[in-house]
Parts: sequence; C-alpha cells; structure tokens
Amino acid sequence: MFANLILFLGITLMYSTPLVFGALGGVISERSGVTNIGIEGMMVVGAIAAAAGSYFTGNPWIGFLVAGACGALVALLHAVASVSFAADQTVSGVAINMLAPGMAIFACKRLFDGAAMSPIAPKLPKILGENGLAGTPFASLNVNVTTVLALLFTAIMWFVLYKTKWGLRVRAVGEHPAAADTLGIDVYKVRYVCVLLSGMLAGFGGASMTIGIISQFTQTAISGHGFIAMAAVIFGKWTPFGAYGACLLFGFTQALVIMLGGGDFVVPSQILSMLPYAMTIIVLILFVGRSVAPKADGVPYVKGSR
Amino acid sequence: MEASPEYAVQMHGILKTFGQFTALDHVDLDVRKQTIHAILGENGAGKTTLMNVLYGLYQADEGDIFMGGQKVSITSPTDAIGMGIGMVHQHFMLVENFTVTENIILGDEVCGSAGILDMGRARQKVMELVDEYGFDVDPDAKIQDITVGMQQRVEILKALYRGAEVLILDEPTAVLTPQEIDKLIEIMHDLIAKGKTIIIITHKLKEIMQSADECSIIRRGVYMGTVDVKHSSETELASKMVGRNVNLTVEKTPAHPGETVLQIRDLTVKDERGIEQVRGLNLDIRSGEIVGIAGIDGNGQQELVDAITNIVRAESGTITINGEQIQNTSPRTTFVKKVATIPSDRHRWGLVLPFSVTENTVLERHADDEFGAGITLDYDTMREYTTQLIKDFDIRPSGCEDERMSGLSGGNQQKAIIARMVTSSPNLLIAFQPTRGLDVGAIEFVHKTLIAERDRGAAILLISFELDEVMDVSDTIAVIYHGQITGTFAQGTVDENQLGLLMAGGEMR
Repeated sequence: MFANLILFLGITLMYSTPLVFGALGGVISERSGVTNIGIEGMMVVGAIAAAAGSYFTGNPWIGFLVAGACGALVALLHAVASVSFAADQTVSGVAINMLAPGMAIFACKRLFDGAAMSPIAPKLPKILGENGLAGTPFASLNVNVTTVLALLFTAIMWFVLYKTKWGLRVRAVGEHPAAADTLGIDVYKVRYVCVLLSGMLAGFGGASMTIGIISQFTQTAISGHGFIAMAAVIFGKWTPFGAYGACLLFGFTQALVIMLGGGDFVVPSQILSMLPYAMTIIVLILFVGRSVAPKADGVPYVKGSR
Repeated sequence: MEASPEYAVQMHGILKTFGQFTALDHVDLDVRKQTIHAILGENGAGKTTLMNVLYGLYQADEGDIFMGGQKVSITSPTDAIGMGIGMVHQHFMLVENFTVTENIILGDEVCGSAGILDMGRARQKVMELVDEYGFDVDPDAKIQDITVGMQQRVEILKALYRGAEVLILDEPTAVLTPQEIDKLIEIMHDLIAKGKTIIIITHKLKEIMQSADECSIIRRGVYMGTVDVKHSSETELASKMVGRNVNLTVEKTPAHPGETVLQIRDLTVKDERGIEQVRGLNLDIRSGEIVGIAGIDGNGQQELVDAITNIVRAESGTITINGEQIQNTSPRTTFVKKVATIPSDRHRWGLVLPFSVTENTVLERHADDEFGAGITLDYDTMREYTTQLIKDFDIRPSGCEDERMSGLSGGNQQKAIIARMVTSSPNLLIAFQPTRGLDVGAIEFVHKTLIAERDRGAAILLISFELDEVMDVSDTIAVIYHGQITGTFAQGTVDENQLGLLMAGGEMR
C-alpha cells in the first residue's frame, strides 16, 4: 500500500511536468494581456524539436534548448499577429494549433525518412542517476530532471512577477496597458517578450514529454496537454504556484488512469483515459466564471484609443 | 508672442491633422509660471488633443513648444515626464488591483540591486510626498477600494513623484462630488503656492470662474484668445466658446403635477455579479412633473433604469405605470405602456451607428402598419417621416435621411434619439444623462425639450451625474445613495452642499 502511494506520487509528478511548463507559458503571456491559445501547438513543435535535437546531437540538453527556441519561434508568429497587428488572439492561437501538428509531422517525415515517429532519442537524466533508489520503495521518486526544473521555473516566475520591477510592469501591462504607456513603459515590447517566453516555456513542456517521459516523438505525444495547461492557468488564478498546483491535480488524474488501468479494474481503460479531460471540463465549469483574469487579457493594445 | 522665461509652457502655431480632419489649426497657448490656466472648449474642440501633443502622446504636424523660454522637442510621454510635465487623464490611468504605492512608482521603480523592488523605501518616498502636500491617501490601499477623489490625488502624486512642475488636469471635476471639487480646488491653489503650474481642461464655466487665473478658448480647433478670468463672466466665456449668445439659465414655469404616473415600491435589483445595487427603493412621479435623481455614478442609477425598462429582472418590489404593474414583463411591454427612454450611452443603447438616420428613427416602430405591409418595409414613408423629424428637431446636416448615423455629431445624434422618443408622446420619459458629452448649445435644446414634454403632461425622470443639471431642471430633487432614495426636496429648498453631503452618504443636519 505504502509503495503504491509513493508510486502514485511519482507518476503524478512525472505527468504534471509538461503541463507545468505549458501552464507557466500561459501565465506569463496572459499576465501581459495576450491570450495564448496556441500553447498546445507550441508544445507539439517543442516535442518534435526536442526529439530531433537530442537524436542528432546525442545530447538531450541541446534537444531541450532547441525545443525552447522552436517554441519561441512559433510564438513569434502569435506575437506579430496579436501584438503588432492587433489581430484577434483566439483566431491567431487556433491557427497555430492547426499549423503546428502539420509542421511537426512534416518535419518528422523529412528528418526521419518518412517515419511518422522519431527514433529513440537520448533522454534527459533522472535526478539521482539512472538507477538511483532502485530496489527501494522510493524508486519512483527518482524523477526526471525536468520535474525539478518545472518547480524551479515556477519559483523564478513567482519571484520575477511579484518582486521585481519587470514583474510589476508585466502585471501593469496586462491590467491597464494605457496606464503603463503613459508612464513610458513600452507595452508592445513587454508583450513581445512575454509571448516569446511563453513559447519557449511551452517548447520546454513539449521537450519534457518527448525526452523526459517517453524517449521519442509520436503524433500523440502531445494530445491536449496544452489545453489542459490553459485550464490550469485559469484554475490557478493566473499565478505561477496556483497553476503549478492545478497541474499537479491534472497529473494526479493521469496517474489515476495508469494505476487503475493496470489492475483488474471494472471500468474499461477507454473510459478511464477520459478522466484528465473530463476533469478539465469540470474544473473549467466550476472556476471559469469565478476567477478574475487580468483586465486587459486578450485585448489588443492600440496606441491612442481608449 | 515671444518665447519668454516668464512662461512655464508656450505652444505656438500647433497644427495637428488626422487624415482629412484638422483637429488643431495653428493653436497658440501661453501659460504663465505659477498660475492656473484653463483651456475651455466644447467637446471635440481639440482641448485634449492639444494637451496630448504637449504630453508627447501625439506629434504635432507643425508648431513649436517652449518651456521657460527654451524650445523643446517632446516625442513621447517619457520626454514630457523628463521635462517636468505631468498629466492626469480624464479616465484615470491607474491599475485597479495595485496598491497606491505600486501605481505611483510604476515605470520609475525604487529598486535594490538587479531590479528587485524595494517596497519599503518606495512606501517611504510616497509617504514623504503625501505629508509634504497634505494629501489624505493611504499608500497601502488598493485603488479599487478607495474613492474617486482619492484616486485623483494618487494621479497627482504620480506626477509629483516624477518631479512634475507643470500639471495638466483633463476634465478633473467630471466625476467628483461638490465637496470633492472644493477640495481639489484647494489642492490646486496649494500646488501653485508651492511653485507648480497647472493647466486645467474643462467645459464647466463655474469651475473656471472659481479656480483659474487665465482661460484660453478653443473653438473647433481654432484658438479664440485668452481672457483674464477676474475680468470676465460665465456668459462671456460661454459665448466665446460656442460662437453665439447662449442662455445659461433654464427657463420654466411652475409645474402643475397631476395623477401619479410612475410608482416604485420597495424595488430591489441585482447587477450581473449578483450584488444588490437597488436596495428597497421608493419613488413617485406625477404627470407634468420633472423628478431629478442626484447621485454619484454607480449608486444604482443604471439598475433602476434597467428595471423600469425591463432590461433586467427586479428581485422584489413593484413598478407601476398608471396603476398597472409592469415589473418583470418585457421591454416591449414598457414601450407599449408609453415609457420612452433617452439612454445614458447613446452609442451602446440608443442608436445603431452603421444604420442610416431613417432606419434609426423608426427602430421601435418599424413593425407598425404605417411603415410597411406584411414583411416588407415601406422606405418611402419612413423617409418622409424622418424628413419631418429632421425639420422639427433641427437635426443637422439637413437632408441627412440616408446618411449613416455615425456621421452625425454627438449633439445631433442625441437630437435624433429625443425626436424618436418625444414623437411617441410618452406617459413617462426617462432621461438618463441626457446631456452627456454635449456642448452648451445642445444642452439648452435638451433641457427645453424636457420642459416642453413636462408641460404637455408627461412624467419626467431625469437622472444625471451633473448636479447643476438636476438642480436647474427638476421640479423635485431626489438623492440616490447606495441604491436608496435618501432625501426628496422641492426645487429651491435645498442647496448643493446639502445634496453633495447626501450623495456621499452623509446625514442631513
């Protein structure tokens, strides 16, 4: 029983990690006033970039960084459309979500001789080495390094948002961009930086799936994780630690699927697999109306208009 | 006029165009150091545009700016701030969920090393300013929790924190109670005594007379001259602003009230967040009587109107028109009972801007047999009907039947709404902020129409955030505070200080 609980915790942490990165991306973008529905697409691009980068260089860390860069590159599209051209942010995000899986498959087929999935790529290390704690009941707590990074990034983002002048400016731009503008803060620059960071974090999220949990890119490696991450942003009230906690909850449901699916459980596995998604819908229904988004979230800023 | 160090700010020959439209046509402005200088003009005359040029939000196409006799170039708010110019915008530029201190330091933060905020020292700096100028502001309060008057002081502090020597106040009294206005004028004089210069943009003549030393007048983007306020009068300023003689006093005969038309008992209405905004309100209006509701925005006025017009549900209580209960029926029922409304926001509720003037004038009545048979509309009849209204109500430009409503000026749009409402000979006419954003001439028209409707026998409910309007036009003045009527007075039996006290939630002594 005890060993099972530890295993449960280990799996929860493992599956929440990609979500945490995605959700942090959502937090930073939305705090600056740009809705980023494209998190999912940016995670997909990060997933293929990480697998390819790791496979070709043999160094998973390079794969991780390439994923961040590619995520940011896709985010640049979103920034140009929604910040510079004041386009509808939902439409731009949806476009990215439709574009990204196609781009990922195309890249995969080009790079790997027409295969729809990448070969096995080197994975990022576990925190205590490959066989740390092996044989003890705590083996499953020897989590991947990305899990620790996710927590670290959460703490850093919290510090930056609430304890530094840059954080104050980001939050001001997300709440009242005209006010920030009249005080000499460059609203467009702040939003560009935040959207690019958002793409980078989402890219890391994709990487932590393909070279943290599994060790290759497949078409289903990222399937709705970006959307779950967005739900976590709302559930977590647009704060880094709130989003982190929400991701743990969603990771927990994923762990539940695995734990229950493994045994002779009466519910068919197909039904169980719906759990994380069903949970997302329930959480959104319960919390969407109540939590308060940044005031200017999703509203393009046009200088001189009120 | 030559550039001279005696002047804090001089703007010479400022030209600013937006496409085909000339907003400022070579405007001059000379502001002496340590004075309060008012800029007077109708809405859309270009006052705010001129100040936005000075604050670096817009760039002038032509013209020079001098400060203390030196020519300066201002291309962004950062430049303006650097030169000691601070601006308090009409719509406050404050982040609602930030504290007072956070709002003041934003963009010029007090930091320790590496961009880490030092809130302790920031708070101390803010406190020093608060003490120096004697402002009553709590540095740790969130903006959303403090009064509008306090928010305005925070805006002034923001400018002072950045070392402002010249303060621009854009329509600073629009949202204040009479007491808060007195306090603001006191603060302004105090700032002058401490060496600052103030430019105040306004269209309220009374406040200029009370506070300003000099007043520059702009009419349709053209500079009309500067007058010494001490040797001028409200009438002179008004005629210079509008370009013709204007009657500033509302002329009317005593009311002859008849039967009760509107009766409201124990009305409670919640807003969309589920918070009670109207809390057990009682109100009676008789035919041939104007009842004016005085109150600060957000005390239940919007919900009261929405409940009478059946746009929102009443939680409890009754609304009766000529003896019949109409609460929680439908907007159509309200219309059939001959209740007409001049809405507070004509663009949001009153008009369909992309529609033609003709289509707008028949909005409520398009289904009447008069304007078509079966499912078709008879545009010829509609246009004839509109032509008559345009003539009767002097809607300009004449012959605008087929023009888009969005092409008309605010005053003419309001005339179109009033024409539509008045031709239905309503039993009850609700006028919610009927002169909002209108110039002196159009205001005169609106007030005359309200009084004419009263004399025809309609009951008039006038709701306005302009206390002067309520006091001048109403036969009976009711104060609304916190969703309740807290006092009712016959016109002339109460002064604006007493009303201001009630509007702010105080007790009458």
